[in-house]
Amino acid sequence: MEILFYIFAVLAVAAALSVVLQRTPVYSALSLIVVLASLAVLYLLLGAPFIAMVQVIVYAGAIMVLFVLVIMLLNAGHEGPSRGKGRFARWAGPPLLVAFLVEFVVLIWKQFGFTEVARAEAFDASPAAIGRLLFTGYVLPFEVTSILILVAVLGAVVLAKKHL
Amino acid sequence: MATSSSIEFLLIESVIKIVVVMFVLLTAIAYLTWLERKVIGHIQARWGPYLVGPHGLLQPLADGLKFMFKEDIVPLDADRVVYWLAPFLAFLMAFLSIAVIPFGESFTLAGHTIALQITDLNVGLLFIFAVTSLGVYSVALAGWSSNSKYPLLGGLRSSAQMISYEISLSLGVIGVLMIAGTLSLREIVNQQAGLWAHAGVFSLFPRWNLLLQPVGFLVYFVAAIAETNRIPFDLPEGETELVAGFHTEYSSFKFAIFFMSEYANMVTVSCIATLLFFGGWLGPAFGPAWLRVLLPVFWFVLKVFCFLFFYIWVRGTLPRFRYDQLMAFGWKFLLPVGLANILATSAVVTWVHSR
Repeated sequence: MEILFYIFAVLAVAAALSVVLQRTPVYSALSLIVVLASLAVLYLLLGAPFIAMVQVIVYAGAIMVLFVLVIMLLNAGHEGPSRGKGRFARWAGPPLLVAFLVEFVVLIWKQFGFTEVARAEAFDASPAAIGRLLFTGYVLPFEVTSILILVAVLGAVVLAKKHL
Repeated sequence: MATSSSIEFLLIESVIKIVVVMFVLLTAIAYLTWLERKVIGHIQARWGPYLVGPHGLLQPLADGLKFMFKEDIVPLDADRVVYWLAPFLAFLMAFLSIAVIPFGESFTLAGHTIALQITDLNVGLLFIFAVTSLGVYSVALAGWSSNSKYPLLGGLRSSAQMISYEISLSLGVIGVLMIAGTLSLREIVNQQAGLWAHAGVFSLFPRWNLLLQPVGFLVYFVAAIAETNRIPFDLPEGETELVAGFHTEYSSFKFAIFFMSEYANMVTVSCIATLLFFGGWLGPAFGPAWLRVLLPVFWFVLKVFCFLFFYIWVRGTLPRFRYDQLMAFGWKFLLPVGLANILATSAVVTWVHSR
């Protein structure tokens, strides 16, 4: 089972790097979909099948479709090579990034040690349990989120219609 | 953890199941094209394929050979990677959803219980929705990467249609979920076993969810026809409108892959409709042990065949919707009806549980 975690974690990181480093915007969007699918597999390995499927349905299957359609319609071209601007960023960037990553890893190592891996404990991640929590303990954030989505839908209709 | 011999057994069992299901499914899709041409031909008072083999039965074989030997054309300036990725993605998603569909009862062989299902996920229904959502990408990417007007428009229209009707597809199913209380497809079918008793005129009718959720079934099935881009919802790929929509610029084998994945989607959607609303493989099962295993599969295939025949029948009968009518129907009629169905179902379920 551990081997699956390593495979999909490496895939997620590689795809995330690809999102940033690709020249064509559509390839970046497709790489982001790969990241989301790998994360869904990691959720499965942690023992939360419902969240994994919902991640694919909502994030990779609806939100990213929107991104991909917008990128296609707006015909965002290829990114050309940057000409001479940001020379400082080009030379100082990678070393600073590596320093940041090393600091990150050292902090986590000091906090948790290398033997701690997130394990799937015996918790109840079924849809029934999530539903119960959502409608009893977390009902206020749930309702507020619904109103937020309603506002977004109304805004989209208002912006897109020529005359109401 | 499981012992190594049971992991080996599981692996061999899964591989055999996958091979058998793929073989059956590919043959079924090939002969579904034959059935479609025959049925539509007879609806239109003509014969359909008749010359290639007895009653045209070898026509799918001839079509397959034709697709393999045709010239493979790639449009100029087509985005290479995405152009080749799109049909592959369509095929992958169409065949991935068969993995969680149960075809019959479990049986025991040499001490192991083998379920007639490649894998029994306890979130099986959500897996099918996830795979359907990812299938929208193949259409959008195919339309965009062809670097041509008609495919782009057809791809955009088709993907907008698919994401709109996905919502109604899920809403039609939620009523069944509320009644069944589980997302596992095998459990939902098992809860439809037996006959209605003490129900007056319905006493001898099987306990199918169709009687509990008629509106849900209608919403689901109409949304399914729209989701698979079939008539009357196939404007994005109608010949007189957009040449051939998103797969205009695809020739020979890549077109065959799109074609096959459209029929595979039809088969998947029909399988889910029988599992959720028509009792799946449940039917009179009698006789010796081997017959008890084969008969449920026979009932399942019969019910799926009825749905596929109905699909083809509708194709031969109805004209197609105009695009704005199509979208208005999906958002302004099907979605509210689905929501009303959920409200009514939840009210009834709560009332029944509180007694």
